[in-house]
Amino acid sequence: MNLKAVAIAVVMAASIPVAASADQQVVRIATEGAYAPWSFSAPNGKLDGFEIDLAKVLCERMKVKCEVVPQNWDGIIPALVAKKYDAIMSALSVTPKRKETIAFSTPYAAAVNTFAVLADGDLKALPGSGEAYSLDTEQDAAKARIADMAKVLQGKVVGVQGSTTAATFVETYLKGAVQVHEYRTTEEHDFDLMNGRLDAVLANATVLTAALEKSDMKDAKLAGPLFSGGVFGVIAVGLRKEDTGLKQQFDDAIASALKDGTVKELSLKWFKLDVGPRG
Amino acid sequence: MIGDSFLGSTFIALLAGVPLTLQLVVLSVTAGAVLAYGLATMRVSGKLSLDLLARAYVFVFRGTPLLVQIFAIYYGLGQFPSVRHSVLWPWLRQPYWCAILALALNTGAYASEIIRGGLLSVPAGQIEAAMACGMSRFTRYRRVILPLAIRQMLPAYSNEVIVMVKSTALASTITMMEVTGIAAKLISASYRPIEIFACAGALYLAVNFVVGRLFAAMEFALSSERRAAPSLPGPVVRS
Repeated sequence: MNLKAVAIAVVMAASIPVAASADQQVVRIATEGAYAPWSFSAPNGKLDGFEIDLAKVLCERMKVKCEVVPQNWDGIIPALVAKKYDAIMSALSVTPKRKETIAFSTPYAAAVNTFAVLADGDLKALPGSGEAYSLDTEQDAAKARIADMAKVLQGKVVGVQGSTTAATFVETYLKGAVQVHEYRTTEEHDFDLMNGRLDAVLANATVLTAALEKSDMKDAKLAGPLFSGGVFGVIAVGLRKEDTGLKQQFDDAIASALKDGTVKELSLKWFKLDVGPRG
Repeated sequence: MIGDSFLGSTFIALLAGVPLTLQLVVLSVTAGAVLAYGLATMRVSGKLSLDLLARAYVFVFRGTPLLVQIFAIYYGLGQFPSVRHSVLWPWLRQPYWCAILALALNTGAYASEIIRGGLLSVPAGQIEAAMACGMSRFTRYRRVILPLAIRQMLPAYSNEVIVMVKSTALASTITMMEVTGIAAKLISASYRPIEIFACAGALYLAVNFVVGRLFAAMEFALSSERRAAPSLPGPVVRS
């Protein structure tokens, strides 16, 4: 084979995937896969969870072929921008900072966060347990409650997952009062809560609830109020800013799945409560 | 001002992590060197039990990833209530000491082989000559064996120290906010990984440049026999 023939063969080989994908659009969706029950690796190694189910539903309605890929949380937005995949469905909250870099679909869930502590630890009586505050509409009441909590939390070590809205919350409201340790995954900060390295963790309430069902976390419990809105925002699909067509497809699919109750159904299946966006 | 540009402010933020990175390097390399010397003497002791023990240690710590060792020490040990109730827990509770412990145990395994190679490279004739001069075992080590062995192992050992400087980046996985930990945090706030990792890389380069020069200076100081003798005053004719 002479050089020219090789060159032609290379060009042809390179062009085959393009030709194949022209038939049906392939959308690659990234998820953390370590954030049960939103997305996690099942014992058989396959991804499973609320967002995996929801992705299937949305892709059916968008009439596209979907591929869900796992991606470490701390690089999930830079890798989207670098076109490693086309969308993020990973309990990703809409925040002003993130909006500077990426676009978001219409929200498909609310983000409710709370603390977990050791059931017999110093913080077992964290004020506000059983209460719920929206940082949008009940800002003053929430701030008063956080001030009460800050007194109890003074000097304690609180674990959060890095680059999350939980990290933003402690930075915004508890800076100076607590020592913050940032972890790569929520599973890691759960370990350190049980080890006694942490006095409390702050994370998505549904994720903590699921984690507390595990036998190695039987000595921990939820504490303090449920916080939503504000820095926690709402959860939506993360997309590149230039992919306006894909955003429109996701917006329509989410709207229809919210309208006919599919999102609620999946939410009840995975969280035993409706995490759908309110209002 | 330098702090006004994105690169400048990133650089200043990352500089705050340099002291921690250096602490991790200095403490773990120092502890690791002591451990390595002990392991190397066990290896060359000629006693089978000590030799096998040191071999097993080196096999385990050189054959498993440092990241696994860090996780095993930080998350693994904390799983045992007996460890949590031991006198060591006030140290093992802190990621700082867990990181230093893991790094020291790891470099100890590698460096012990480097030291062993250095010790074995000393020609038997030199040792015999020292014995013939009536030197005690201690004097023999101080005046003959160690200077020769250290000179031989310096190039390999400088590699090991440079690897250790870079390995401290793994401490960020157990919540340590050294240069890489701060870099990861800055990226999550700005989503500009290229600039931030470039700054972090430049800092590691700078540290390793200094490390490299220090070892080069030591090598120079210990290899006087390879240089021309300093010229003497007066009309000395040299070829």
